[in-house]
Amino acid sequence: MRAYLSDRMGAALLMAPLLLFLVLAYAWPFLGVVKWSFTLPTPGLGQYEALLTDDLVQSVFIRTLRIAAVVTVVSVAAAYAITVVWVRGTPAQRLVAEFCILVPFWISVLTRAFGWVALLSNRGLINTWLQAIGFISEPLALVRNEFGVIVGMTHFLIPFAVFPLASAMRSLDDRVLLAARGLGSSRMRTFWSVFVPMTRSGIIGAALIVFVFSLGFFVTPAILGGGRSVMVAELIYLRIFQSPDWGLGAAISVVLVLFVGALMALLFRYVRPKQLI
Amino acid sequence: MQQPGRAAEIKAIGIGKSFGSFRALDNLTLDIGRGEFLTLLGPSGSGKTTFLMILAGFVQPTEGRLFSDGVDITDRPAEQRTAGMVFQGYALFPHMSVEANIAFPLKVRKKSAADIKRRVGEMIERVGLKGHEKKLPAQLSGGQQQRVALARALVFEPGVLLLDEPFSALDKGLRGQMQAEMKRLHQETGTTFVFVTHDQSEALALSSRVAIFNHGKLLQVGAPDEVYDRPDNRFVAEFLGEINMLPLKGVRPADNGSTGLCEDRAVSMRCKAETVRGDAILAIRPEYMSISGEATAGENGIAATATNSTYLGAATRLDLTTRQGAKVTVSVPNEIAAAALSKGNSVWLTWPAEKGFLLPHGGQ
Repeated sequence: MRAYLSDRMGAALLMAPLLLFLVLAYAWPFLGVVKWSFTLPTPGLGQYEALLTDDLVQSVFIRTLRIAAVVTVVSVAAAYAITVVWVRGTPAQRLVAEFCILVPFWISVLTRAFGWVALLSNRGLINTWLQAIGFISEPLALVRNEFGVIVGMTHFLIPFAVFPLASAMRSLDDRVLLAARGLGSSRMRTFWSVFVPMTRSGIIGAALIVFVFSLGFFVTPAILGGGRSVMVAELIYLRIFQSPDWGLGAAISVVLVLFVGALMALLFRYVRPKQLI
Repeated sequence: MQQPGRAAEIKAIGIGKSFGSFRALDNLTLDIGRGEFLTLLGPSGSGKTTFLMILAGFVQPTEGRLFSDGVDITDRPAEQRTAGMVFQGYALFPHMSVEANIAFPLKVRKKSAADIKRRVGEMIERVGLKGHEKKLPAQLSGGQQQRVALARALVFEPGVLLLDEPFSALDKGLRGQMQAEMKRLHQETGTTFVFVTHDQSEALALSSRVAIFNHGKLLQVGAPDEVYDRPDNRFVAEFLGEINMLPLKGVRPADNGSTGLCEDRAVSMRCKAETVRGDAILAIRPEYMSISGEATAGENGIAATATNSTYLGAATRLDLTTRQGAKVTVSVPNEIAAAALSKGNSVWLTWPAEKGFLLPHGGQ
């Protein structure tokens, strides 16, 4: 019992600097933001009322949810395919998959966003090539719209979806798959009716983590959306830094944090934190 | 549920399997009869599980051919063979109910809903899982999971049922119960059963024939009493149970069997000294040996001194040493053991001529 207690004490001491940092750098300032949302410009619930009635705010929220939903579906599906290769492929396939998963982590989000601009813009690589081979006559609108935002965000988020999926696939008992085949099930059928359902917790975990990340995206939508596909984080930025509307910006922040908090609570009901790394 | 005629007859010819430089299975030729209960017995790494996986189609042999009812199935993928399989640890589908697990092989065979319902219902009844239909595997006990695995493997009436150490996770009492149940299922279905185990008593209790493996080789196949009483070699003799081995000299054929000298005393055996001449090993199971004050003339016997005893309840296990130092163990009634120990000196160990068999001197 004493050893257990002192272990807990030790763990608490080791975590203390991080907790202190989080409180000072996030929790305390955030309380200030909460206070603004109720006090600026005048005390009361005015900003929350505005939030419910302001068409611009609502359209941004709806766009954010829509983009996050599309990004989640596309990222998880793509990550699932990569993870299957990474976990169950031949050694050579695994190496390639691992490379594809890890390399994006070494390149900053800003660099990647501009990389996509270079690829997708009207005079970017893709449009230039497609025009050169005569496939199209006018450049396609691939960027400075929702499509560009979704492409950039999906690219950024796929690796984050890989880890919960890999964890679920690794813990799967191979004999269950053999059993399915031994009972007469084709490879396709075994994949869809045994493999996929058995990795359900990984799919839920991956979807929630991608969705939560998507809600707070700032740099990617700002660059690839070109001001035309504003998402919630960018809206907050605009309210605080480019207009004197701090109260509304704060109220949007509070709503976003509460929503993300609720999703995180849901996430940890399905996935242990260890599976996300 | 099934006509015995549907049970498969399997023929393995010259099957071999190498994993890199490791020889897992070597030149195995074996016929498995229609509706028989064959046990593959051996220590871990002996090749028995590899052979089962080859039968199932999960492992491709490097040499040899495999026939089922005369059809070459060597290159046929697992899902196109008609084998049911019960895995070590059961390998149930954790996300499916008991009912859905058992229905799975019928669903992939595109049976009609009514047919599936009827057969799954019958199977659930047969293995005693009524009332558990909607439960998930995680909500069942080990024995119940085992029954689901058996039901799932039998419901599509496979020609052969393959079982990979199915009872290794069960405690002793439950294991006995499941063994009896499996024997009953074998009789009721008439299907060919191929069962892998490393437990010799399980093998002897269940099978119509036992195939003993070691180091990737099939050493002997036969009915349980045949392999137990007349093993071909030392490994089989020792693996199937306790065995006493006495050095024998001057072995030669005689009327009705063979004779030899055991510590300067003539002994006779019913078995023929065909392959063994001169020096050999005389092997006798402990339960066939008894203790007496004096061996009568013409009776097989050897003098020994009791050194140690272990009380087993129904009997006493007695360790003895012969004059020339051979160690012998016998299981005798308690009072005889007490008498042998109290005398502190020499007793006679005797055995019937038909219970001793010859093994080559040294080696396997």
